[in-house]
Amino acid sequence: MPDTTRFDERMTQRLRNIIVQFQHIEGAMLPLLHEIQSAFGYVPREAEPEIALALNLTRAEVHGVISFYHDYRREPAGRHVLKLCRAEACQSMGSEAQAKAVLDHLGLNWGETSADGRITIEAVYCLGLCATAPSALFDDQPIGRINASRLVALAEAAA
Amino acid sequence: MDIFVPQDMAAVAVGANQVADAIIAEARRRNIMVRVIRNGSRGMFWLEPLVEIATPAGRVGYADVRAEDVPSLFDAGFAEGKPCGNHLGLVENIPYFAKQTRFVFKRAGLIDPLSLDDYRAHGGWRGLENALSAGPSAIVAAVKASGLRGRGGAGFPTGIKWETVARAEAAQKYIVCNADEGDSGTFADRLIMEADPFALIEGMVIAGIGVGATRGYIYLRSEYPFAITMMNRAIALARTAGMLGSSINGSHHAFELEVRVGAGAYVCGEETALLDSLEGKRGQVRAKPPLPAIKGLFGQPTVINNTISLASVPFILAEGASAFADVGYGRSRGTMPVQLAGNIRHGGLFEAAFGLTLGALVDEIGGGTQTGRPVRAVQAGGPLGAYFPPSMFDTPYDYEAFAKCDGLIGHGGLVVFDDSVDMARMARFAMAFCAHESCGKCTPCRIGAVRGVETFDKLLAGIDVSQNLALIEDLCETMKFGSLCALGGFTPYPVLSAMRHFPEDFVPAPLRHAAE
Repeated sequence: MPDTTRFDERMTQRLRNIIVQFQHIEGAMLPLLHEIQSAFGYVPREAEPEIALALNLTRAEVHGVISFYHDYRREPAGRHVLKLCRAEACQSMGSEAQAKAVLDHLGLNWGETSADGRITIEAVYCLGLCATAPSALFDDQPIGRINASRLVALAEAAA
Repeated sequence: MDIFVPQDMAAVAVGANQVADAIIAEARRRNIMVRVIRNGSRGMFWLEPLVEIATPAGRVGYADVRAEDVPSLFDAGFAEGKPCGNHLGLVENIPYFAKQTRFVFKRAGLIDPLSLDDYRAHGGWRGLENALSAGPSAIVAAVKASGLRGRGGAGFPTGIKWETVARAEAAQKYIVCNADEGDSGTFADRLIMEADPFALIEGMVIAGIGVGATRGYIYLRSEYPFAITMMNRAIALARTAGMLGSSINGSHHAFELEVRVGAGAYVCGEETALLDSLEGKRGQVRAKPPLPAIKGLFGQPTVINNTISLASVPFILAEGASAFADVGYGRSRGTMPVQLAGNIRHGGLFEAAFGLTLGALVDEIGGGTQTGRPVRAVQAGGPLGAYFPPSMFDTPYDYEAFAKCDGLIGHGGLVVFDDSVDMARMARFAMAFCAHESCGKCTPCRIGAVRGVETFDKLLAGIDVSQNLALIEDLCETMKFGSLCALGGFTPYPVLSAMRHFPEDFVPAPLRHAAE
C-alpha cells in the first residue's frame, strides 16, 4: 500500500505533470481527478491546492467536487477491490444475503479494507448486468450469477 | 470458419473470454482454421455465453457454453454447427429473438462492433448520408415526424428539443449524450455502446448537423468500463474514416466527439446535473428554466439526449420517419428496448413496438421468475419507478398508460421479484437510495429521504405504525411536489406503490408473525 504520510517531491512533480496535461481542456476537473486517482490510487489531499491554482478555483470548490462523487477515494484502497452490486435487480436474486456472507467471512463492513491491505469491499449501484444477477466487479473483471461461496473463494485467493 | 463469442460485459461476466480462449486453443490443437469474432451480445443474456457458428444456413447458436465443454463440443461437430451441447438451432429463429422488432438494435450481436466494413455492410452510415443530402432543417423535421420521445425516461419529444437548439443563435452549440444509465434493471445503453458503437456516433453526428453543433460529449458512467473502451476505440476509427472531424464524409460539416467518464453519482443521469458535472462541478441539479436547449453546457444551446434516443436517429434518417412512426401505441411511437431483469427466466433486451402488456412482457416473453416461484412484484422504470402487482399486468407498455397507473416506463427496465420479496424493505430501500444519491440542492430530497428512512425504521420496529404510515404518505407528497428533479420527485413512486399494492408487508414484524 502506498505510504500516504509522505507526499514527497517526486510525487508532487508527478501530480503537476498530470495537471499540466489536463488543465486546458474543456471541463477539465473530472478527467483530471480520474487521472490522478489512476496514478496514485486515490486523490491525495495535497492535490487540492495544486488543482485549485491550475483551474483558477478555490480550494473549497475543488474539495467540494472531490467529496461529491462516490468514485474518488481519499485514501488508497486494498490491493484488490471487490464491488458488490446492491441495486434492486441484484436484490431480487438474493445479493444482500450473499454480500453479508462475504462481509462476515472477512469481518468487514461496506467500504472497509482488510487489515492486511489485501482487499476492499465496496457497494456499487448497478453494473448493467441485471439479467445475469447478482453481479460483482473484482478489480476490472465483471462477474455475473455470483454466489456467496464463489465470492468467498475469490476473496481468499486474492493475494 | 467464423465462430462468434460475445465480448459484451455481461457475457464476459459469465465466462465468455475463457470460452473464446478455449475455442482458439482447441481449434489449433485440431488444426482447424477458425476465426473467432468477438461480437456484441444479442441481448439474450440468459443464454450467455452464447456462441454462434456461421453455417451456410445461417448462424447456429449454443447456449451457456463453458470453457471445459469446448473439447467435447468439437468432438460432437460443434464447429460445423451440428446439434450437440445446448444447441439452439438458428439464432434468429429463437422465439424471443424472432418476436422482436429490431430497429435500433438490428446490428447488435450480429457484427464485430469495431468493424467499419461490417457496419457499412449492415446499413451503417446510410442515415448520415441521407442527412447530409437532406440538410439541417429536413433532419429536424424527420426526427419530429418520427414521433421519437426521449428514451431516458422523461419521454419529451426529441424533435422539439432539436428544433429549439437549431433556432438558437450561438457561436458554439453542443450535442451531449446521456450515457449515465444508472437505473437498476437497465442495460440498453450499455448494450448498444458495446455491440454497435458506430450507431451512437452516427446519431450524434446527425444531431450535430441538424442543429448546427460541432462538438459532442458522451457522458458515460464509470461503472461501464467495457463501454468506455469500446466507445473510445470506435470514435478513433470513425475519425480515421472521415465520419468525425473537420469534414464529415467530405462535407463542409464538422463534428468532434469525446467520451467523458462519470464518477459514480446516480443523480448525474439528470440532465442538468450531468451538464454541471461535465463542466467540472459537483453534479447538482439546475433550476429550469433556462432549458438546456437555450442555456446548456457552458451556457450554450445544447441538445442533451439519452443514448437510445440518439442511436434511434440513424434508423429514422435511413428508413424514413414514417417507418418509425408507423409502429407503436397511442403517442408512444416506434420501438422500445424493454429490459427484462432481476428474477426472470429469460432476462435480456427485448426491442418491440410499444403497446405489449406488462404481463405479456414478464410472463410470456420473460418466462416468469428464474426461481420458479410466483411473480409478486415488478418494478418498472428503475429505482424511481413504481412496483406493479400481477393484478395490473394488463397495463399496456406506453408512456401515458403507465403514468395513469401512477407509474412510469422510464428507461425501459423491468425488475421482477418473486414472492419472497419484502416490499416494506424495498420501499425503505427507495428512500435510502435517494438519501445516498441526493445532490443536496433541494430540501425535500436531501432531508426528506433521510427522514423517510428513519420513519420506515420506526414503522418496521412496530412504533406508532399508523401514524408513521400517514407521515410517510405526507412526506412523499412533499417530495413529489417540492423536489427540484426526478430523484426526490419520483422516489415516492416506488414507496407509495409498495404501500398501496402490498399493504400486508407494512404490518410490523411482530404482528406479522402473530398473524401467521
